[in-house]
Amino acid sequence: MQALAQSLIAHRLVKQVLGREDYAIISELVEPGSLVLDLGCGDGELLEWLVNNKRVRARGVEISRDLVQKAIARGVSVYQGDINQGLADYPDHTFDYVILSQTLQQTQRPLQVLREMLRVGKRIIVAFPNFGHWRVRWSHLVSGRAPKTALFPHNWYDSPNIHFLTVEDFEILCAEQRWKIERRYYLAGNRRVRFLPNLLAEVAVYLIRST
Amino acid sequence: MIMPKASTGFQSNSWMIVETQSVRFDSLALDCGVVLSPVDVAYETYGELNRNKSNAVLIAHAFSGDAHAAGISKEDGRPGWWDNMIGPGRAFDTEKYFVICSNVLGGCRGTTGPSSVNPVTGRPYAMTFPMITISDMVRLQKKLIDHLGIPRLLAVAGGSMGGMQVLEWAVRYPDSLCAAFPIATTARHSAQQIAFNEVGRQAIMADPDWQGGNYYGGKLPARGLSVARMVGHITYMSDQSMKEKFGRRFRSKEGESFHFNDVFEVESYLRYRGSQFVDRFDANSYLYITKAMDIFDLAQGYGTLAAALERAKCRFLVISFTSDWLYPTYQSLEIVSALRSRNRDVAYCELSSNYGHDAFLVEVGEQAELVRGFLAATYREVA
Repeated sequence: MQALAQSLIAHRLVKQVLGREDYAIISELVEPGSLVLDLGCGDGELLEWLVNNKRVRARGVEISRDLVQKAIARGVSVYQGDINQGLADYPDHTFDYVILSQTLQQTQRPLQVLREMLRVGKRIIVAFPNFGHWRVRWSHLVSGRAPKTALFPHNWYDSPNIHFLTVEDFEILCAEQRWKIERRYYLAGNRRVRFLPNLLAEVAVYLIRST
Repeated sequence: MIMPKASTGFQSNSWMIVETQSVRFDSLALDCGVVLSPVDVAYETYGELNRNKSNAVLIAHAFSGDAHAAGISKEDGRPGWWDNMIGPGRAFDTEKYFVICSNVLGGCRGTTGPSSVNPVTGRPYAMTFPMITISDMVRLQKKLIDHLGIPRLLAVAGGSMGGMQVLEWAVRYPDSLCAAFPIATTARHSAQQIAFNEVGRQAIMADPDWQGGNYYGGKLPARGLSVARMVGHITYMSDQSMKEKFGRRFRSKEGESFHFNDVFEVESYLRYRGSQFVDRFDANSYLYITKAMDIFDLAQGYGTLAAALERAKCRFLVISFTSDWLYPTYQSLEIVSALRSRNRDVAYCELSSNYGHDAFLVEVGEQAELVRGFLAATYREVA
């Protein structure tokens, strides 16, 4: 009970500090004191938060030089490089958690990235925007064009998103690959979605255990 | 050191007047088997050591540097070679940290080297000075740190040859530092780097005034040393920075006439830097220190670089620069990759600069922010 209360407090804090619900969930999932690798860690704000509040040992990989500089200036150990390069050096099962937050749909080879994550991590946490959300479907149906929503705001020609996936797609992939999903979270705005996630969730967060 | 208690914030270090100090150790056993005795070490310190001695940072200088890293020299009024990185409010904040820099073994700026007098003969060692290594330099620094009563350094930092010493510290004394900052450096010289050093050495040894190294008290091998330095300067700059600084500009109007005086700005600059170097650097030190750099191989004795770096326990911040072709990014990445393969704590960034290898000395804005943040986070952990 106390643990739950603590996690709720932490949850609210993260949300206030970072304003991103998937961060809040990630911080709930990560055990204190663990070794965490965040792929595409941006300016390191999640990692810094996890260091200060959950005493994790944090590592990050980020491709943008500007963001790497910001992250290191925060004191976080971030490596400038792309995700594949960033994973190849590490031995098997090095990390307690490998996090990929809102980046899967931007990778060249998502399946390869997920497999590498499962190789170097004991558990992986994957958060991605759900392309099956009803607004995306609606936008496409009504406009007849590549969908544009708050979650997918880019024009087709300059979008960083190159591999669109839905909650359903991800579930099927996990089943095919026999990956063990330990927890699932579905979000719309800052609310949890517990019903028809493939239609109603804007963001999905999965905790998967390496076998 | 005379350092007025002052004020906060970023400002010129011009009021920080510093004096080089010296300490003598009985002996130092060298890698080559010779025991050097006695050994003097010239060093400077900035800031104050805190009560639990947890705020000490050792700065390792590059090939031609010295102990005077920051502030204004009481002796000659020169600013320190990393004055833009060390001082009140700077990346190595002397209001927060106790910063130490010493002249390397084999040097000519107060630490024992080939120009020092051999107590056995009463004459300068010259070429009878024993061969030295980066590891010897680091073991001497450790003696200094022990002498200063510091059980564990917060950090060891340095660029170029300074970075080699940083790596050596991390592997040789894993329990003696919390963070390592190897900047624009390598775990071992490539054939190209050895080749440039060899050109420098041959220039010195080809100068008839070198006299087999026995020029002390007589005419210095100024031409040879000056040419060696000219080659060095070319490797420290980039094509871009030379283009911006000199282009094809002539020194004077009659420059277009064909003769072999210094026609171009770049020629004039190199000659100036070469001749200036002769006044402050010993030719034999040049030979010994460049050889120590060439011989350095962090992996030696461990099989692989990864096996060597596995010994390290500290955090690392590795920095390289885009236009540095003397110590190119791939060499920093070798270090980073080896550290990651053994799951060591490492941050890495390739900073953008046009200044070539010199970037770590002259374009320090972004480098300072990385070092400041990373050092502060490390300090929070240990304090």
